[in-house]
Amino acid sequence: MRRVSKDERSRIGFTLNGRAVSGEAEPRMLLTDFLRHVIGATGTHVGCEHGVCGCCTVLIDGVAVRACLTLAVQAEGRAVTTVEALAAPDGTLNALQQAFQKYHALQCGFCTPGILMSFTDYLARNPHPTEDEIREVLSGHLCRCTGYAGIVAAVLAVSCGSPN
Amino acid sequence: MKPRRFDYVRPDSTDEAVAVLAEYGDAASVLAGGQSLMAMLNLRVAEPAVLVDISRLMELDYVRVADDKIEVGAAVTQNRLKDWPELAGKLPLVAAALPFVGHFQTRNKGTVCGSIAHADPSSEIPLALATLGGEVVLRSQRGMRVLGAPEFQRGMLTTAREPDELIVAVRFPVQSTQRLAFREVARRHGDFAIIAVAACIEDGHAMRIGVGGMADRPAVLQVAIDGVAAAKDIFVSLARELEGYDDLHASARFRRDLLRQIGPAVVEEALRCAA
Repeated sequence: MRRVSKDERSRIGFTLNGRAVSGEAEPRMLLTDFLRHVIGATGTHVGCEHGVCGCCTVLIDGVAVRACLTLAVQAEGRAVTTVEALAAPDGTLNALQQAFQKYHALQCGFCTPGILMSFTDYLARNPHPTEDEIREVLSGHLCRCTGYAGIVAAVLAVSCGSPN
Repeated sequence: MKPRRFDYVRPDSTDEAVAVLAEYGDAASVLAGGQSLMAMLNLRVAEPAVLVDISRLMELDYVRVADDKIEVGAAVTQNRLKDWPELAGKLPLVAAALPFVGHFQTRNKGTVCGSIAHADPSSEIPLALATLGGEVVLRSQRGMRVLGAPEFQRGMLTTAREPDELIVAVRFPVQSTQRLAFREVARRHGDFAIIAVAACIEDGHAMRIGVGGMADRPAVLQVAIDGVAAAKDIFVSLARELEGYDDLHASARFRRDLLRQIGPAVVEEALRCAA
């Protein structure tokens, strides 16, 4: 049984984008803050901090979840994937990111990391979604710039395999 | 915001979990998917001294058919139940309601039993459990207790769970027919419903109607099937009886109006389903 008292900073380790990472945190530290402030991985953004806006969405064991509704200690031993994992080491954007660029699926880009991670999970499960299905997944994100049309177009393009 | 400080305990078994709850009592909160509780911690609406994390208890991560019931363990996420291949055949009402629970991303982590434990009056899963006449299985060191949905859900965010008890599972009775309809009205898809209405035709003569978002817990009634005109009267008197309530999203008057409009349409849709 794992027990950590409230003032105790315990060591927490997990795999981040294929690499083992660890750091110290109190039980109350959120995974968002652990990623950004302890590990220094600032690709994951923090918006509302109560699970509504979707900016902080990451994959835990391949499944898209809100990092702000996850304690750092809960990620212990898991595989966490963040937006930093998507592009190739030389910086080449992956197909989903390229579609976002081509279809103007972002302006300020604040919400983009979360949306990319949601669709990374969703498209792995359902590679050819309908527009309705895409909008259903997108309902778990808030974007104040694009009006969502560009995002839907980008995901449709990448999932049809033939951007036009 | 960030949560206040709390002790964190992650038991390795259900036995350990109930022992920890017996130790801490009402100072402890049970963390499963955390899709309601973590937000409440971040907003400091909930301030438990101890958090008991049951999300890794594999022994509670099951969906099984037992007698004429479907038992869903406390670690089962909403998406896992939604993707269970037998769901549409055995629990069509739950299959119809689950897509309205939160979002894809929150259903990935939020649990079925967690929604029941949270007991929001406009939440879809407690409404489905109440409409179908399901039950909640509670375990403590004192033993096992099984409560029917109305005995369990007492009021606004209030249940009959004792501080040393763990909800280990919920049981939905297998539905005998596929004749049903479910609708809800929300400001945005995935929000809690302003109101939600379910109608299940049980056999040729009776129908169960469930209404969420009108009172401090789901309202369920069994009525004779007597056509759509009679259904209109039922919802007019139900709206008067339940009254509705005012909150940020809707006035009580708007809720009553919605119920009178949507209720008969849901009954009509259920009646149209092929026998």
